[in-house]
Amino acid sequence: MTAVYADGMALGLREVLAEDPRVYLMGQYFFGLTRHRRLTVELMRDFPGRVWNPPIAEVGYAGTGIGAAISGLRPIVDIATASFIFQAWPQVVNEAANIRYMTGGQTGVPVVFHITHGIRGGGASQHSHSPQAMLMNTPGLQIISPSTARDVRGLIRAAVQSDDPVVWIDHVKLFDIEGELPDAPETIPMGVADIKRRGTDLTIVATSLQVQRSLVAAERLAAEGIQAEVVDPRTLVPLDRATILQSVGRTGRLVVVDECHRSCGVGAEIAATVAEDAFDALRAPIIRVATEDVPIPFSRTMEEAVQPTVEKIIAAAHAVMEARRPRG
Amino acid sequence: MTATEIRMVDAIREAMRAELAADPSVVLLGEDVSVGGPFGATKGLQDEFGAARIRDTPISEAAVMGLAVGAAAAGLRPIVEIMFMDFATLALDQLVNHAAKLRYMSGGQLSIPLTVRMQAGASGAFGAHHSQSLEAWLAHVPGLKVVAASTPADAYGLLRAAIRDPDPVVVIEHRALYWGRGPVETGEAAIVPLASAVVRRPGIDATIVSWSRMTVTALAAADLLAAEGIQAEVIDLRGLQPMDTATVLASVRRTGRAVVAHEAVGFGGLGAEVAARIGEDAFDALRAPVERVAAPFTPVPAAPDLERAFVPDAAAIAAAVRRTLARPDPRRRSLEEGR
Amino acid sequence: MPSTVPSGALPAPQRLPQLRTMLRIRRFEEALIDLAQAHDVGHFHVYIGQEATGVPALALLEDGDVAYSTHRNHGHLLARGVDPNAMLAEILGRATGTNGGKGGTLHLASPAHGFPTTSASVGGPLPIAVGSAFAFRELGRDRVSVALFGDGALEEGAWHEAANIAALRQLPVVFLCENNSVGAVTQQAGDYPSSTLAVGTLADLARPFGIPAAVIDGSDSDAVHAAMSDALVRARSGDGPSFIEARTVRWPGNQGIWAELVTGRVQVHYGWDAATIPDPHRAWFAEHDPVVRAVREALAAGAGRDAIAAIDADATREMAAAVAFALASPWPDADEAFANLYADPRVNALATGRRAAK
Repeated sequence: MTAVYADGMALGLREVLAEDPRVYLMGQYFFGLTRHRRLTVELMRDFPGRVWNPPIAEVGYAGTGIGAAISGLRPIVDIATASFIFQAWPQVVNEAANIRYMTGGQTGVPVVFHITHGIRGGGASQHSHSPQAMLMNTPGLQIISPSTARDVRGLIRAAVQSDDPVVWIDHVKLFDIEGELPDAPETIPMGVADIKRRGTDLTIVATSLQVQRSLVAAERLAAEGIQAEVVDPRTLVPLDRATILQSVGRTGRLVVVDECHRSCGVGAEIAATVAEDAFDALRAPIIRVATEDVPIPFSRTMEEAVQPTVEKIIAAAHAVMEARRPRG
Repeated sequence: MTATEIRMVDAIREAMRAELAADPSVVLLGEDVSVGGPFGATKGLQDEFGAARIRDTPISEAAVMGLAVGAAAAGLRPIVEIMFMDFATLALDQLVNHAAKLRYMSGGQLSIPLTVRMQAGASGAFGAHHSQSLEAWLAHVPGLKVVAASTPADAYGLLRAAIRDPDPVVVIEHRALYWGRGPVETGEAAIVPLASAVVRRPGIDATIVSWSRMTVTALAAADLLAAEGIQAEVIDLRGLQPMDTATVLASVRRTGRAVVAHEAVGFGGLGAEVAARIGEDAFDALRAPVERVAAPFTPVPAAPDLERAFVPDAAAIAAAVRRTLARPDPRRRSLEEGR
Repeated sequence: MPSTVPSGALPAPQRLPQLRTMLRIRRFEEALIDLAQAHDVGHFHVYIGQEATGVPALALLEDGDVAYSTHRNHGHLLARGVDPNAMLAEILGRATGTNGGKGGTLHLASPAHGFPTTSASVGGPLPIAVGSAFAFRELGRDRVSVALFGDGALEEGAWHEAANIAALRQLPVVFLCENNSVGAVTQQAGDYPSSTLAVGTLADLARPFGIPAAVIDGSDSDAVHAAMSDALVRARSGDGPSFIEARTVRWPGNQGIWAELVTGRVQVHYGWDAATIPDPHRAWFAEHDPVVRAVREALAAGAGRDAIAAIDADATREMAAAVAFALASPWPDADEAFANLYADPRVNALATGRRAAK
């Protein structure tokens, strides 16, 4: 069936709530302030007592989720806008991420933290963050970053089934994007990338909303005769390096598209790892399309100027196609 | 002034003393700073400058950081000491959402001349909550400047520059370096610009980029390699954000081979950023992949042996340099194949 | 029962076992301080002076209850029966340690004894303890979660958020604050550390949330027993959280950053012959040391000096053996550094990759 991304989220949440009585929703802004917020109301109606609206206390309720996970629940803690995760940071990165390791494997923390990241339009500097690169540098967390209705539904199941903490990252601009949903529930495993479009001339590795933008860019490139392969890692930790390296091995050219700031962003890690392990295959420098290294400005024109766009992806693709280096 | 041999922890104190003396708007805030903090970096400053300017704070990192941001906005130049870099997690919202953004969000109307000193790194078996190197987080935040010194002279010069800077600067100090001695000049001329990498050891065969304690390790690796006839150039990045990419690129264009070594976790670390920049802007000069030598993707283990295994050593850096040198030159090979 | 025994106080026959646990903690910490003279143990915190809080309070916990401790955790774990061999081995970073060498002194944990994890981030465990209580309530388990913390944790915002959530949902959690900074107000300026809170009485911080709060002498095991009994009854009967401020006078060896045996080792005969207490720490031993007090109480309850001396000798021997065990224990294999990041072995291998270890 065809459904929008938000329906995939709601279905994924509905399925795990129905299947596992240990699953609780802590927070109710899974869909932000969008028209889809009615979906949370439906979940509250259908699963009475299983959706808790905590006080505005990110440290407090993120920690409550961790403790509840240690003691037998499988909470999905909604931090809402990703910028607020900095309030919960000590709990997410210092406590949840470390506990299994510090205890020598004695105690697991099966908690999921949900955040909605990215430039949403008018969010300005304090409501537009993409903190996934900072979270990625934190051993102990797993990070899911879906781009389609099907992936978000299947990754929610994987996240809830995992015995370790997961950060689930959505982009608010994905909510209305249509896609196909299989009839039966499915679990999409951690660390398995998905090739969203096949191509032979260059590889575009993109995450979250940028997968959708890259698919649009790839269609326009195809009209020029350039066949771009679009690889969606789907989970940032663990990262499916093999699929990325195999694709670059075939195409010899790579553009990485990610909405984090450029410096130390997700794109830096992917570019560095490909340059290390697919050096001989690379026929052009890897180009990163990322958000510029400035806070996010409020005004629409400036917002557009700093973020990855279809046009910037196409320009990067042209640049890597023009660069020439013989294969090693 | 003549240089005297002093410990890094003393150089840090001397830098603060100089700026406290020079500028009455400089104040110092932190847990137990009146008695020197856990490592003595602030010892004696309260006696000299008084309790009004050297203030002990509660164990309230978020509130203290917020207070410092507000004080900076209102005209003071606060230095905040975060006892362990790990505790910056508790103040991250104030750093990321406020300190870093107020100049930008206000369209340039506000200035936040704030210095945040953080002691970091794995040594002494402190375990997962007191040993992390988290510079990649902070270098990822536009609006924050980040520096890390590997010598007492740089610790002095960078800290003075940080305190004078009109924007928030995070100064990362490695506790394993605190007691190492080195020549330190104390004067205006000793101030080190924030984004200025330095070549610690010239070489022609490969470039090693490092910072903080790993520069000391990289120099040891260069010694190992020199004994084999390999001349490695060692660059101490010093400024992590903004970064002196030009010095790095100039070196790599000469050597054609690069290794980035740091103590933080490799995956998603600052080494990825350095490698990506080299790959973007010195692609044609590269004769081997940029190697990253860094900590594994785990929290810092407590056991001394596991902690030693966690921190990259000179042998690991030297091995990475040898790997880059063992690569056949792809350009030469294709030329030969073309013949 | 004699009418002089306060409500909830410890029955006389339990005096000697309680003293035994307190002495085991004391001898453990003394042995550790000695060990640190000769071996690179790193920085650690000792529980000396607080034994009369942790021992009676944690003795009341039942299987399935949990407690979240702090950097000053050794006494808590020993009070719940964790093996001192494994604890000292962990503190030395050996493979036989409670956490296999990955935690160290700051993070000693033993879920089997009700310590799922130990955080060294001040204030960090408070919301986590509330979370366990949340789970117990939702899962219909008659269990209690205990947050153990020092006075400094109340300086963190996490306290405020945790207390609010616990009170809103009337969760079965006990906030046991061990205020070991008593004397701080009279300390010389600059003494390390000192509580830095604007409130006069820490327990006042719980009252606006409607959380019942008690201020007790933390070196009075009967008072601790009574307050903790009340709090646990409240939690188990669904009446929500409680706050206990247990005040202890800081052990002189804990005034500096590094624990030092400035007082020398405690001697059980201080309990029956105060004249033998040496200066200059006579006042602390005579008036504030919970172990000496417990010796006096055991004597009053009918225990003999010989019996007390015998359990002390046992405790001393046990901890000497623990030191020997820890020192003889193997170091962890370096590959262990890559284990236990994630439960799923595929994810663990994919994420650690071993690339950085090259």
